[in-house]
Amino acid sequence: MIKTDILIIGAGPTGLFAVFEAGLLKLKCHLIDSLHMPGGQCAEIYPKKPIYDIPSHPEILAGDLVKNLEQQIAPFQPGYTLGESAVSIEKSADNQFIVTTDKGTQHQAPVVAIAGGLGTFEPRKPPLARLDFFENKGVRYIIKDPEVYAGKKVVIAGGGDSALDWTIFLEKIGATVTLIHRRNEFRGALDSVEKVQELKNKGSIQLITPAEVTALEGDTKLVSLRVNNDGEEMTLDCDHFFPLFGLTPKLGPIANWGLEIEKNAIKVDNALDYQTNIPGIYAIGDVNTYPGKLKLILCGFHEATLMCQSAFKRIYPEKRNVLKYTTVSGISGFDGSLKQAVKSTIKAIE
Amino acid sequence: MSQDITIHLTDRDGEVHKLIAPIDMQMNLMEICKTYELPVEGTCGGMAMCASCQCYIESDHLLTERSEDEEAMLSEAFFVRDNSRLGCQIQMTEAIDGLKVRLAPSE
Repeated sequence: MIKTDILIIGAGPTGLFAVFEAGLLKLKCHLIDSLHMPGGQCAEIYPKKPIYDIPSHPEILAGDLVKNLEQQIAPFQPGYTLGESAVSIEKSADNQFIVTTDKGTQHQAPVVAIAGGLGTFEPRKPPLARLDFFENKGVRYIIKDPEVYAGKKVVIAGGGDSALDWTIFLEKIGATVTLIHRRNEFRGALDSVEKVQELKNKGSIQLITPAEVTALEGDTKLVSLRVNNDGEEMTLDCDHFFPLFGLTPKLGPIANWGLEIEKNAIKVDNALDYQTNIPGIYAIGDVNTYPGKLKLILCGFHEATLMCQSAFKRIYPEKRNVLKYTTVSGISGFDGSLKQAVKSTIKAIE
Repeated sequence: MSQDITIHLTDRDGEVHKLIAPIDMQMNLMEICKTYELPVEGTCGGMAMCASCQCYIESDHLLTERSEDEEAMLSEAFFVRDNSRLGCQIQMTEAIDGLKVRLAPSE
């Protein structure tokens, strides 16, 4: 069981900054995120895009914003459970929350802060009939243990990096790979595009463009695909089909935690501390809603700051409020590090 | 002197909304939809990197052409038709006053 002061669900910018504000109050944080790296949307969707509305950064790449936040919170030694989604929450007799992930990892904390953005990133699924039926019977959105596909007939659909990268990898380990994309142009790293071109030229893979999978066929498991290739219908035998269209966020299991939900977001008390209808559970950043809500990173930072103050009072009701100016006392990391301004030298001039 | 234009938007339940949009605020259709609290996520913030604001153009207004980014995203979006556009790539200008548009199904 992982124990911490504030358990933060979602390691996007808001969740990361909450670690800093909590750290100033000597509260320890642990973050859970379904992605395998911190950063949320900034890392998954647009790491190379510039953001212009972060105070004091006239321009910053989303990926750099995340990197800076990680650096800023490092002294407070946050814990991470990455690549796992928080699925259930319960309250123990001693007023602690127990949050369990889809992989069974358990976390315990007196305060939970949901900073889940638009939700857990899940694969985008093409609207094909019987797709659900064929899931794990030939259809997968995430490729694990790729070695099992050696010698198999594999069809990949998509036009981005993961479609290209898996085409290259699966061909290399001896799968018979067909790549299908709705147009001839691919949006991926240039060397991957060139590598796929080379494989196609050599006849090592089959490339079908502009084309689209229109139907899945098979009785008990997937045996073939119907493909529309520039207006012409064709059937393609296949053992495995991987639609790789990236990820999209869905609120997911959090929606069933008994929290008040409005417009697919969690209602919070913005007049006070961004607490939800369940005392001790807060929601900050894009995941929450209140009158006048704006889904902006800078608003998430503010919400995280006020949440930490309230969490402190909840954890230490007997202690006084704490407001620290980092300009005065600097930053004392949990790792023993101390960052502070260089003291001015006072010396008489004789 | 700034002026507003009107967009006629049909939501996913078939209900038609009359949206009044300013043309002097550099706003796009995705942002206008969010202002009206219509069910458009705009997940990527308007960078043509998700398809949550996909819509179908149902009037013959002459729009600016799809950019390379928009083409790329639409080639990986679902429910795409010839008249599909990403709302975030449609800027509010005088030329599209009276535009008729329908939200594509959500993914």
